[in-house]
Amino acid sequence: MHTYLEFEKPIAELEGKVQELKLLAQEDPTAGISDDVAKLEAKAAQLLKDMYANLDTWQKTQVARHPNRPHFLDYAKALIEDFTPLAGDRNFGEDEAIVGGLGRFRGRSVVIMGHEKGNDVETRMKHNFGMAQPEGYRKAVRLMEMADRFSMPVITLIDTAGAFPGREGEERGQAEAIARSIDTCLSVQVPFVSLVIGEGGSGGALAIATASRVLMLEHSIYTVASPEASASILWRNSDKAKDAAAAMKVTAQSLLELGVIDRILPEPVGGAHRERAQMMADAGDAIEHELRDLSGLDGASLRRQRQEKFMAMGRGDLS
Amino acid sequence: MNWINSVVRPKIQNVFKKRDTPDNLWRKCGSCGEMVFHRDLVAAFNVCPNCDHHIKLPSDERLKLLFDRGEYETISVPSVPSDPLKFRDQKKYTDRLKDARSKTGKEDAVTGAVGRLDGSEVVVAVQDFAFMGGSLGMGAGEAIVKSIEVALDKKCAFIMVAASGGARMQEGILSLMQMSRVTVGVQRLRDAGLPFLVVLTDPTTGGVMASYAMLGDVHIAEPKALLGFSGPRVIEQTIREKLPEGFQRAEYLLEHGMVDMVVHRHKLKETLGRLVRLMMHQPKAPQSDYQLPAAPTAPQAAG
Repeated sequence: MHTYLEFEKPIAELEGKVQELKLLAQEDPTAGISDDVAKLEAKAAQLLKDMYANLDTWQKTQVARHPNRPHFLDYAKALIEDFTPLAGDRNFGEDEAIVGGLGRFRGRSVVIMGHEKGNDVETRMKHNFGMAQPEGYRKAVRLMEMADRFSMPVITLIDTAGAFPGREGEERGQAEAIARSIDTCLSVQVPFVSLVIGEGGSGGALAIATASRVLMLEHSIYTVASPEASASILWRNSDKAKDAAAAMKVTAQSLLELGVIDRILPEPVGGAHRERAQMMADAGDAIEHELRDLSGLDGASLRRQRQEKFMAMGRGDLS
Repeated sequence: MNWINSVVRPKIQNVFKKRDTPDNLWRKCGSCGEMVFHRDLVAAFNVCPNCDHHIKLPSDERLKLLFDRGEYETISVPSVPSDPLKFRDQKKYTDRLKDARSKTGKEDAVTGAVGRLDGSEVVVAVQDFAFMGGSLGMGAGEAIVKSIEVALDKKCAFIMVAASGGARMQEGILSLMQMSRVTVGVQRLRDAGLPFLVVLTDPTTGGVMASYAMLGDVHIAEPKALLGFSGPRVIEQTIREKLPEGFQRAEYLLEHGMVDMVVHRHKLKETLGRLVRLMMHQPKAPQSDYQLPAAPTAPQAAG
């Protein structure tokens, strides 16, 4: 059963009718309603297309958080052969909010990791809704360093509301863990591609997204703080999340304009969750394209390119 | 030498400068509630003579505290794009900036300066909490990066005095990117073999804590400074439990291995001087010109 977002109500109604008519037509093929079905289907498709071409920031935020959107483990399954998750930060524990390991991407060995939000109560709990503790970032550092040692490209998929704000995390150095992870992103001498597949939330996202190339899906968002947190900081009212999201310019389109990301990956009509297989295949192609583009550079140049890329952010002219 | 735009000699300057606060004014210590003579507080670099509470120190005072004879050259910062998001919440960002500038007399939250600390040349960048909560935006990022470049140029140590609520929300994602950007600066210091010392002052949280403030060769915290990633209020709301006494305070971080030492403000210069000289393979300082009222005996340097 498809989950409709609130603003998709007109679509839900149309598609519901189409379903009903289809059932009717099945029961009684002589009724001659197949033309009506086709017309209605076309109408629904057009409406969906129009709607998704003009999503506002808040609608995009909802799409970015859509529960049926493919998550890290879906991508890993679709794109990575021999995916072998590795666990633990060798220091304190294992944090499944960030999943990562070794695998084969289109024939070559890679390190791939990302935030996993989970799909139901059980897996959401297991992955802590994709909100990592220090151990998650320290595992990420460990994996990036391994990639560096074995000359493997790093692929990260970003999908988190942010790092987990908790007592134990603070005690074990949440801030230091994130800082060190950003530091490691900027140190490794291998190609590094990040793709924001849903929500890129604050430092918790940046920690593994300081990459050679940063891509975003068409309806994903990337924020300095989640719209809810921003609203409570700036408006002192978390109900203003919608206004905050708009004011903070969090969409892929805005980030491309601001020069913070390199490319936007179009989503299927109606969002990634409608054509999951297609979305994941397209993401694979885009990542492969970027990796191929970076493959001509030696390690030192790769590191320098990444450093210069981030050093340029906020310097010079911006529209 | 275009990064030098002014030579500040505070002693001379003070003769001409109109004082903001009259000499006879009393101020109330936020910790013990005692009324303290304003002049005594300034002379003690905002350490309460009664309870030793470290009150926030404006950036000029901090620079005066650290540099020999209070003399330094400020580092000029190229202008950055202002308000790329055309941001407004309850107020326009440009108006907030204007207010902060007129209140503090600073362009942005970070001031960089070069001078001598116990005889060693150093670059110091100070983040001023009075300027929009010390928030890290493009202007502050640029000031830190520029200061690091001066340190690289002069082959001297870089000292970052951090104080910040975190990212400059009004600059959105561009402010988040300053975390990565300043980290590049830190890496350049590292590549050049130059010391990077961080002084963590009250409060340092959010994106600042989660980037350069936790990447120093040495971390020095001021007593009782609030230091952490998420603010205590957010944590309490998330986990729905009361946080323990002293949570996220400097001493707590020392206990948890996140800082090297907690140092009284009156011992800060001496400590930094000693570290810089050790790390730069320089001989002991001849004689510190350091003159301060005798520090109270309460919490002292742990290192």
